[in-house]
Amino acid sequence: MPDQTNTDAEAAPAGRCPIIELSGAHKHFGDYHALRGIDLSVGAGEFFSLLGPSGCGKTTLLRTIAGFEALGAGRLVIGGRDMAGVPPNRRPTNMVFQSYAIFPHLDVGQNVGFGLRRSEGSRAQKAVRIGEALEMVGLAGYERRGAQALSGGQRQRVALARALILRPDVLLLDEPLSALDKKLREQMQAELRRLQRQVGITFVLVTHDQEEALIMSDRVAVMFEGRIAQLAGPQELYRHPASRRVAEFIGMMNFLPVIATGDTLEIAGLGRVPRAGLRSAAPDGQGPPEAGIRPEMFSILYPGEQTGRRTAQGTVRETAFYGDMTYYEVILDGTERPVTISMKNMPGRMILSPGTQARIAWDAESVTLFSAAW
Amino acid sequence: MSGLRLYALVYLAFLYAPIALLPIFAFNDGTVIAFPLDGFTLRWFRELPQTPALVASVRTSLWIAGSTALLSTVLGLCAARAGTMARFGGRDAMMGLIMLPLVLPEIIVAVALLVVLLALGLPLTGWTVIAGHTLICLPFSTAILGSAFRALDPALEEAGIDLGLGRAAVFLRVTLPLLMPGIIASLLITFTISLDEFIIAFFLTGTEPTLPVYLWGQLRFPQKIPVVMALGTILLVISVVLITLAEIARRRAAARATGIDSGA
Ligand SMILES: Nc1ncnc2c1ncn2[C@@H]1O[C@H](COP(=O)(O)OP(=O)(O)OP(=O)(O)O)[C@@H](O)[C@H]1O
Ligand SMILES: [Mg+2]
Repeated sequence: MPDQTNTDAEAAPAGRCPIIELSGAHKHFGDYHALRGIDLSVGAGEFFSLLGPSGCGKTTLLRTIAGFEALGAGRLVIGGRDMAGVPPNRRPTNMVFQSYAIFPHLDVGQNVGFGLRRSEGSRAQKAVRIGEALEMVGLAGYERRGAQALSGGQRQRVALARALILRPDVLLLDEPLSALDKKLREQMQAELRRLQRQVGITFVLVTHDQEEALIMSDRVAVMFEGRIAQLAGPQELYRHPASRRVAEFIGMMNFLPVIATGDTLEIAGLGRVPRAGLRSAAPDGQGPPEAGIRPEMFSILYPGEQTGRRTAQGTVRETAFYGDMTYYEVILDGTERPVTISMKNMPGRMILSPGTQARIAWDAESVTLFSAAW
Repeated sequence: MSGLRLYALVYLAFLYAPIALLPIFAFNDGTVIAFPLDGFTLRWFRELPQTPALVASVRTSLWIAGSTALLSTVLGLCAARAGTMARFGGRDAMMGLIMLPLVLPEIIVAVALLVVLLALGLPLTGWTVIAGHTLICLPFSTAILGSAFRALDPALEEAGIDLGLGRAAVFLRVTLPLLMPGIIASLLITFTISLDEFIIAFFLTGTEPTLPVYLWGQLRFPQKIPVVMALGTILLVISVVLITLAEIARRRAAARATGIDSGA
């Protein structure tokens, strides 16, 4: 397997000094190799996400940073200090657990103030800080509420306040939104982002939801089987996936066989394009190449519409109306597998019904060449 | 009524009807344990405190049961913690060994302990009874506390550590309060077991008999039997109350540790 990691992106982004530096990290659980050589650097104040399918090692990596799992090999530096042998309670990190881990025998105020030390001011001073922390997460005045009587969203806010009140250098969040329903999740995504900008603390978020990672993060590390497959900003990740697997995981992508190779390629259903203008994801020479193109990079032309773009012909097989968007499944002439095309619904634009002939516009710039084997 | 239900009722009647006889004859104004009844009296209950040997045996039983409850709950706490949270070689064997007295006939445990104690030359006192009772109570406290530990979300302890506390502080401020209902259940159950236990107490007791041992001795004197029944009635009520409290505590432990809102 080739190393497809974008090495440039491993360094913390320009203008930010690194707060977390992880190099050559390995972790075994018995015979199972959970982390297989992780290198990454997170910048201070960055919103960083670990994205990947279930079981790829996201939680393990997060717990390694928190100190709940010891590294088998490799080096972890947080804020310039080597973390080898430093227990979780002495690390400048705090964690929001997936289950929130709200102490059920304490009320909200006691939960939020749990980590404040006796030395950190008088009872009254602490009460003020607890009040401020609760206000920050939108739970002002909830001090005396019992932990048992909270809704899922409120528990999550208490967990956030309980960690943020300690002003850690790094806040680690393990799928904090996965237990919430869709509406609340979207609301909390925006709120988390706002909170992170407000406090300026580095957030490391674990998620298996690619949309969530794209919306919230400055940078995203896509993980498969204990390795980082690509580490990049959301736009780079979406537009220039490093491998077919990343492309399939982030958003939707159509893959078309490339029939003839050489200086001029022929893409099934789309026609001939000069090789020179196309971007390649993986190195050549590993099985038959395929052309990848996102659904929104196609457009279906009005009958008789003029365009300077490349065109192709096809037949609509399936139409799915989403309100703001319509998704079409179109069989391009000369192919068998349909491609997905998404069109914004605009005034005057007709929704095509299945069976309609369609002229489709596309550009060579939006094509990425992939090797079928990754 | 279906046959199975009838069978169940008859079964329960056979099981518990004899116990109902206890209070009936405790309030019966006559020394002969036979129907018809002779009329209501509180005489036997009044006679209870006027029997010094009986009062002494009650006192012995109470402190033996109290010590046993404390000892087996503390040991059970350690065993349950190791059994549910730690990973080490021989763990299953250790848990099996702790549970063994549950299936061993008590008479065998009692005789074996007696032989060992005599071989070691140790005198038989209240402490030897406590040791024996702790042995047979440990499976119960370990099982009760084990289920309390299993119901505990491990993330709660991790959250305590993550928030800056040491292991000991987390145990005191997080684990112990959450386990408290389980601990209370364990204390009550083991106290009750020790209070009622006869065989081990009979073999290992020294010059101070426990209450069951004293009662057994009194059965030889027919005129004392109504007093014994009065005492038995009191013990019955205490046992039922303690076991009920223990069950309530155990259920609260389960609800609390999982964060399930059972009441409010
Ligand atoms: N304590 C452990 N003992 C043994 N195996 C473990 C342990 N923790 C994790 N693993 C294994 O390591 C792999 C990665 O687990 P991890 O929890 O990091 O995955 P994840 O990416 O967080 O997945 P999910 O999205 O399902 O939470 C899994 O195959 C898991 O079974
Ligand atoms: Mg996970």
